[in-house]
Amino acid sequence: MSRVLIVAEHNGNELNPSTAKCVTCAKSFKPDSIDIVVLASDGQKIADQASTLSGVNTVIKVDQATNSAPLAAVLAPQISELASKYTHVLGPSTTFGKDLMPRVAALLGVGQLSDIMSVDNAYQFKRPIYAGNVIITVVASQERIVVATVRTASYTAAESTNQATIETHSLTVDLPKHTQFIELRSSIGSERPDLQTAARVVSGGRALGSKENFKIVYELADAFGAAVGASRAAVDSGYVGNDLQVGQTGKIIAPDLYVALGISGAIQHLTGMKDAGTIVAINKDNEAPIFEIADLGLAADLFSVVPELVEQLKE
Amino acid sequence: MLKNVNNSWQYQTSQQLTNTVKILVSLKRVIDYNVRVRIKPDGSEVVHDGVKMSINPFDEIALEEALRIRERNEADEIIVVAIGGQENQQQLRTGLAMGADRAILVETETELEPLPVAKALKALIEREDPELIMMGKQAIDNDNNQTGQMLAALWDRPQATFVSELTLSDGKATAVREVDAGLEVIKVELPAVITSDLRLNEPRYVKLPEIMKAKKKPLKTISLKELGVDSETQFTVISMEPPAQRPKGIMVDNVAELVQALRDRGLV
Repeated sequence: MSRVLIVAEHNGNELNPSTAKCVTCAKSFKPDSIDIVVLASDGQKIADQASTLSGVNTVIKVDQATNSAPLAAVLAPQISELASKYTHVLGPSTTFGKDLMPRVAALLGVGQLSDIMSVDNAYQFKRPIYAGNVIITVVASQERIVVATVRTASYTAAESTNQATIETHSLTVDLPKHTQFIELRSSIGSERPDLQTAARVVSGGRALGSKENFKIVYELADAFGAAVGASRAAVDSGYVGNDLQVGQTGKIIAPDLYVALGISGAIQHLTGMKDAGTIVAINKDNEAPIFEIADLGLAADLFSVVPELVEQLKE
Repeated sequence: MLKNVNNSWQYQTSQQLTNTVKILVSLKRVIDYNVRVRIKPDGSEVVHDGVKMSINPFDEIALEEALRIRERNEADEIIVVAIGGQENQQQLRTGLAMGADRAILVETETELEPLPVAKALKALIEREDPELIMMGKQAIDNDNNQTGQMLAALWDRPQATFVSELTLSDGKATAVREVDAGLEVIKVELPAVITSDLRLNEPRYVKLPEIMKAKKKPLKTISLKELGVDSETQFTVISMEPPAQRPKGIMVDNVAELVQALRDRGLV
């Protein structure tokens, strides 16, 4: 008898696709029920979206003014109050879930499992360690609630074919006031596909050399209809914002097509994109490690071949 | 004695007027960042014999930040903590050489899960009463990214995770956090737990005279048992394997061949 609670990730307006991926992960161990909790200031629209996900039984909507920002210290006590009725509490392995779920686990007095990439059964999972260089199979004690994060790049989103019940819950738990949200600074324009969910991604690395030169990455991304990503070196050098970083400490993604421009291919970068369907690498250095995992490699100066590629794609 | 009158946050509570402001930094001993990790042939564990061990790079960044806070006279004492066997003295000595004032080794021969680690740190907080606990956002061995958050929950104090910029004033910390959507700014009351991201700073190199000096700095060992913490386990690793390898790709000679190959795969 297993009952799963999934913590919805959202921006106050839209449900993040990471939630639908958690649902697919939960369905893979065939639980008796899957519920989603939506913690928001006004969560009706998000709860409506969550209720369409196939396999979901109930969406629990908790509306609180304090839930307008995703503060782990504020959300965790609300989740732990609900959690006692469940055998599993799952969240996405995004910065939202990574910040929140260990806090939930500790409040429940249990450990947490990070980055589930596949499920053997309700208490046996696979997850990556050492930046994805080792995969371990972990058995969790059945005596305790399993609190875990789901590696979203390993799962497709559950379909929107359902109409689950939406329940409104009022919580009684005291919420801390020691943490205050100030602002969110975002560098991504909304006109571009979202890096985390895009089917195609074009990323640039250190070899781009400057913020101006990085334009060429955007041009190729436009030609492919792709989102833009970057290596840590490109972010550290200030060519783009941190929200575009792909890798162990950035976003872990699995698009159908990943094009790496001037990226050498450090292990920490590869762990963020090696689940992509097709990997294309363009790099001047034909010894670059990126070519070891690329499906299609072109050893050439990106500044001469990328404009040519853009032209040919437009034809 | 108050040394820095411009620094208002030290005046917040009477406790701070009489006590020194401490920062506790937790350091994990891990296989060095540059080592290519190998699994033992029987799949039981990762090869550690003869492998270079270092401070988890994210923890090193946390320590560097603590040192800079003290250099701004916003803290008085930096204590580094490691949990594990006596071999952890090596990483603690490196932390002392970087500039920490003293070190505590919580000794245990069991490899702990993040929850008991958080409990051990909580027990040390009760003894040391620090204003800040700092550590890396994750350790590069198990990539768990849990300990700081768990500690903050057990301690019932704020957490600022994945921090790339930190300022202290008026008994509060303002943290810029690296999140998927960009940079999130939060303000937390102290004491609090801070976990560092890569761009917070670049740690200093240790110079030889400091290594010599560090040998004389106090390093205290205390057993996990003495702290009243049980090395409970909830998760058992039953096998280890390398990740699935991608099939070998092909090199193309020019853009036309690349476009043709993409076309063959239905990608353009």
